[in-house]
Amino acid sequence: MSEIQVKEEGGGKNKQKKQQLRVDFTPMVDMNMLLITFFMFCTTLLTPKTMNITMPTKDETLDDKDKTKIKESMAITILLGANNEVYYYTGMIAEDKSSYTDPNFLTKSSYDADGLRKYLLGRNSEMYTVIEELKAKKDKQQITIEQYNQQTADIQKKAIQDTKAPQIMIKPTDLATYKNTVDALDEMLVCNIGSYTLSEINEGDTYLLYVKTGNPEYLSEKQKLELNANIK
Amino acid sequence: MAKVKVKKQSTFIDMTAMSDVTVLLLTFFMLTSTFVKNEPVQVTTPASVSDFMIPDTEVMTILVNEKGKIFLSLEESQANIVETLKRVGEDYGVTFSPQQYDVFKNLKSFGVPIGSMVQFLDLPKDARDSYLKEGENTRVGIPDSEEALSDVRGVVSAGKNEFKHWVMHATEVNSELRIAIKADKLTAYPIIKKIMDDLRELKKNRYLLITTLKTASSE
Repeated sequence: MSEIQVKEEGGGKNKQKKQQLRVDFTPMVDMNMLLITFFMFCTTLLTPKTMNITMPTKDETLDDKDKTKIKESMAITILLGANNEVYYYTGMIAEDKSSYTDPNFLTKSSYDADGLRKYLLGRNSEMYTVIEELKAKKDKQQITIEQYNQQTADIQKKAIQDTKAPQIMIKPTDLATYKNTVDALDEMLVCNIGSYTLSEINEGDTYLLYVKTGNPEYLSEKQKLELNANIK
Repeated sequence: MAKVKVKKQSTFIDMTAMSDVTVLLLTFFMLTSTFVKNEPVQVTTPASVSDFMIPDTEVMTILVNEKGKIFLSLEESQANIVETLKRVGEDYGVTFSPQQYDVFKNLKSFGVPIGSMVQFLDLPKDARDSYLKEGENTRVGIPDSEEALSDVRGVVSAGKNEFKHWVMHATEVNSELRIAIKADKLTAYPIIKKIMDDLRELKKNRYLLITTLKTASSE
């Protein structure tokens, strides 16, 4: 391939030797290999992306009427536990605390496709299909990204008003990791959930986790003291 | 008897094809990869399906390692960076020389208690990098405790939550500044909660969580 045949000049009398021009590519390969090694060591293939998150304000002066109200049947609370475990329950913990001691109030799930995602898709199926259609349109460039954002926001807002879409609270326990948190937020994106917040765990939730798993590490400091006092 | 003629064979291997392949590989690496940033700690960010790009400028990245050490890096104009340092210094009664400001504005990332900042900025470049890489050192990482702490070598934290002061001044100097959190995936949640609570007290409620793109295979 790297041979170039030099043709003899006409039928001249002076006999020219047939010459072969052969370029040696070995040094070129050497140099390329060096460059490749350099790029492999000094660069990364992982392109960093970001996930936008808006936290609820910590303003204590808010009136009750300003706070978002959640319809009980539409509220789902996801508790992120230790060792990549995840639990969820719907509705609120009953005020008479009867649900406190009922371990079946909590359902154990997982971060896999047939765990949390399956459940959430079931609850959010109507909105999911509508938004997926919009997404497909966006990918085919039938609508612009701005239109897509606007329309999804409208659909999600309307669904919440009509109490058709679930509203989700993600509550990581102190034993959860950052990865668990991001995974849970990721499920919200996958399932096209319009309304979700990352909120603080309360004592009802920690007690419920303790009842379900029997792991006293979930309890808050105050609850641990109470528990020890009871045992004594 | 006729002699068996042994054909002279050349041992020349044609390297052209090989060269083609390497050039292709090289092109692939050059186009798809990005350079590794020199960060004081290596963190593995969690994967997500979200595909928003990180803005190149006007971002403050909060780098958190597994142990909860905080480092900051500011991607904005050098004037703003200098102004931020000046204001934080004023809060803690620390003043810097023009040379130290010069060093600071070219820093990729920083993470030392304000009490050690002067000493840190006076170090030569290599010494600064290795200083930050001593992850276990109590004098590395921006302290986020309210109380003043000290060890045998002096002040470790001047108290009043230095981290909060950095964020407060950086966002005051540049109101366009966005906050990105880059944490290791194994970081315990209470560490992240503490950081988010500090930010929320400053009425900063929007963050970019830095993640890597999840591919179909890793799902």
